[in-house]
Amino acid sequence: MSAETIEKAIVKKPAEAFLSKRRKKLVTDPLVDENPITIQVLGICSALAVTTQLKPTLVMAISVIFVVAMSNFVISLMRNTIPARVRIIVQLAVVATLVTLVSEVLKAFAYDMYKELSVFVGLIITNCIVMGRLEAFALGNKPYDSVLDGLGSALGYSWIILTVAFFRELWGSGSVFGLPVFDTISGIFGPDFKLATNGLMVSPVGAFIILGLIIWVQRTKTGYVEH
Amino acid sequence: MELFSLGIRSIFIDNMVFAYFLGMCSFLAVSKKVSTAIGLGAAVIFVLTVTVPVNWLLNEYVLKEGALSWVMADLASVDLSFLRFIMFIAIIAAMVQLVEMVVEKFAPALYGALGIFLPLIAVNCAILGGSLFMAQRDYTLAESAVYGFGSGTGFCLAIVALAAIREKLKYSNVPNGLKGLGITMLLTGLMGMAFMSFMGIDL
Repeated sequence: MSAETIEKAIVKKPAEAFLSKRRKKLVTDPLVDENPITIQVLGICSALAVTTQLKPTLVMAISVIFVVAMSNFVISLMRNTIPARVRIIVQLAVVATLVTLVSEVLKAFAYDMYKELSVFVGLIITNCIVMGRLEAFALGNKPYDSVLDGLGSALGYSWIILTVAFFRELWGSGSVFGLPVFDTISGIFGPDFKLATNGLMVSPVGAFIILGLIIWVQRTKTGYVEH
Repeated sequence: MELFSLGIRSIFIDNMVFAYFLGMCSFLAVSKKVSTAIGLGAAVIFVLTVTVPVNWLLNEYVLKEGALSWVMADLASVDLSFLRFIMFIAIIAAMVQLVEMVVEKFAPALYGALGIFLPLIAVNCAILGGSLFMAQRDYTLAESAVYGFGSGTGFCLAIVALAAIREKLKYSNVPNGLKGLGITMLLTGLMGMAFMSFMGIDL
């Protein structure tokens, strides 16, 4: 045996890069091709109700990103100690604790937002994305990968609800992030050029229809067909 | 009479699905056939009618600010409402388990019909949402029972109606990108519009 091979045997397998190709895919896949809302039909439950304005939607999106990533991390750390029979209860307890944390933080530092989101912060517990990722990924993978996977899914969810909120606020209230876009436009072109807002967009119906159209556009682009 | 109008309101005007987007996941996933939709709808009515009053008791006698004063006068200043989420979800998971066992023992036929849907219900947002709305709106015990039953019925009505439409839709030529979820969202929007007309009713 030459000295060279011995040296090779001693050298450890190099650790996987911090952001290797496989790990990047964990984050980018759920954004378009495996999007949790438009392709997997998860997590539509609690979030659409907050999309009448962009600001609460952004808060909701950040909360969901935090809860999904953190719960994936915690469950992944505990994955070898959780008995399979009681895993749902354990998962619910972890998620409920994290959501309570988010809700208390909002209550302390952004009380108006807390009032506006009302029960929908609590409903993150039953958001199917959270449970779905825990069941499908965190129970069988290492913590760091699970965090990335959670981030990816939550970001895929966030950009969809932010898009819905953008159109609903623009057409429903004539503003973007509270800035009066429609008024400014009619201010520039004179009072004859008045853009009307549509009350349907503020009502839940607007959310369903806009989401339906987004799904249509997105699936046509990716070529995904449901049978 | 108050209770009656609360029931009507929670079925039609404040419909779980069309007004608050609750229970959308199972609403979209289990609405392919009318018979399964009826099964899930019945299970949701059942569980909501049971869990909302039970959570009311928990909220009133344990969690609310000053609720513990019946134990000891010293505890009157204790406010445990931050535990609401975790307690409500624990009660719901436990009740679903209990309901499942009771139904299996005393009504095997019903159990056969509801069987697979009961465990799913623990993570249905409509159930937790019902309890959270009850706590937020300060209902009384009777009101919370009526509210639980009414919002469950509203969900059942919505999912059975959607399933009926989707069964007919199988024979239609829908554009590829819209097949499945897309057309279902648009349909839900149209049904929501129909339900909006109930808002004009003054109760």
